[in-house]
Amino acid sequence: MSERTIIPFGPQHPVLPEPIHLDLVVEDEKVIEAIPSIGFIHRGLERLVEKKDYVDYVYVAERICGICSFIHGLTYCMAIEELMKVQVPDRAQYLRIIWSELSRIHSHLLWLGLTADSFGFESMFMQSWRLREQILDIIEETTGGRVIFGSAKIGGVRRDISSVKMDEIMKKMNVYRKDIAQLCEQFMKDQTVKHRMQGVGLLSRADAISLGAVGPMLRGSGIAQDIRSTGYSGYDRIGFTPVTETAGDCYARCMVRMREMDASFVMIEQCVGKMTDGPIEVKVTGNPAGEFFMRSEQPRGEAIYYAKANGTKFLSRLRVRTPTFANIPPLLATLAGCQLADVPVIVLTIDPCISCAER
Amino acid sequence: MSFMGFSKVVLKNLFTGPVTERYPFVPKVYPQGARGSVNIELEKCIFCGICQKKCPTAAIAVTKEPKSWEIDRLRCISCNYCVEVCPKKCLALDTKYAPVSTARSKDMFKAVQSAG
Repeated sequence: MSERTIIPFGPQHPVLPEPIHLDLVVEDEKVIEAIPSIGFIHRGLERLVEKKDYVDYVYVAERICGICSFIHGLTYCMAIEELMKVQVPDRAQYLRIIWSELSRIHSHLLWLGLTADSFGFESMFMQSWRLREQILDIIEETTGGRVIFGSAKIGGVRRDISSVKMDEIMKKMNVYRKDIAQLCEQFMKDQTVKHRMQGVGLLSRADAISLGAVGPMLRGSGIAQDIRSTGYSGYDRIGFTPVTETAGDCYARCMVRMREMDASFVMIEQCVGKMTDGPIEVKVTGNPAGEFFMRSEQPRGEAIYYAKANGTKFLSRLRVRTPTFANIPPLLATLAGCQLADVPVIVLTIDPCISCAER
Repeated sequence: MSFMGFSKVVLKNLFTGPVTERYPFVPKVYPQGARGSVNIELEKCIFCGICQKKCPTAAIAVTKEPKSWEIDRLRCISCNYCVEVCPKKCLALDTKYAPVSTARSKDMFKAVQSAG
């Protein structure tokens, strides 16, 4: 038996966009165990509910994550709306879906670039980020911000998209959809990509359930669980079926994300088709009281917001469970037994968002 | 051959120009409605202080006597909340970002006192 060594991976590592530390216990080139430590960028955002009133906190909630910012803000708004029994207008719900799906597409394109870069496919990184930039332009035109949308509001949305603008966007989106599909096809059919990803980082169906995997990590192992199918924020009005793959390896998780991007384009198209004119917000008065669990599907998986209010303008407790946090135990299970050179690829296929996980 | 798939993209890129904008030689065009920096029309302002009260980052300071409106550009997150709540509609978001600064300073706007 060869000697065991501990190799530190992170918090500063070329493939990691954000700091997470893993102590890799290795025997030769084989990883025996991975021991995580997180908490490098804890900001105490949950405690801020005591200082920011429930309306202002939307801005903080949006800043929990830099990539899925809109869905964080939206989930918080939906939790408060449920507490205050506010019915959001139809048009606002469709706009919320459009922005949620746009943020899913840009998040998956960002992930595609980073994953390709993790095994040296740098030109793919540049191509996917070029396409992401075009999606960000659409987001900037419609909300005013590139990454922090700032358009979610308790009771509706802050901005409307005019029908002229919507037509313009849809024309552009049709082109982008083809470009993205082409890029995905080239990535998934590449021999080297297959070689690096197929059969690597296997997570069985049973493990995915018992370790509490969420999002594409769970769906890549063949479990059709997607919170959008619960129909929050008007998702029940558009046709939606979760995307699943059965292999449970890195390649399957990639495939889920690629197909999700295409599904997002379809959903945006459906929303635009079904949208009717009307108000985009309702006036919210009073203070929330009671407690509520809100679940939503972010690009990385299921996020849970627990809000407890006491009838004042400050919430008494807010708890956020982010998808990356839930995906760390399955990540450790997939790392055990892999080759050291595969660690970056496996870590990247959970699409880690550490600032989310540590809040 | 599957390993040659990416060559299509490479060839396309060879015959198209650069994707990036040649800033500063070509000026940056901001889309309409982009959230840049907050501007004030002092003539319309009644110095009610609602923007100061609502600002989520406490970047705005308003005083009634002397009449002044002050903003810390480094704290402002361009969220548009002050513009929405302003009763006189004297605040507006410019599409351009605030210029970079080397020191933490505040932009002060003072109303000119009318004679008499």
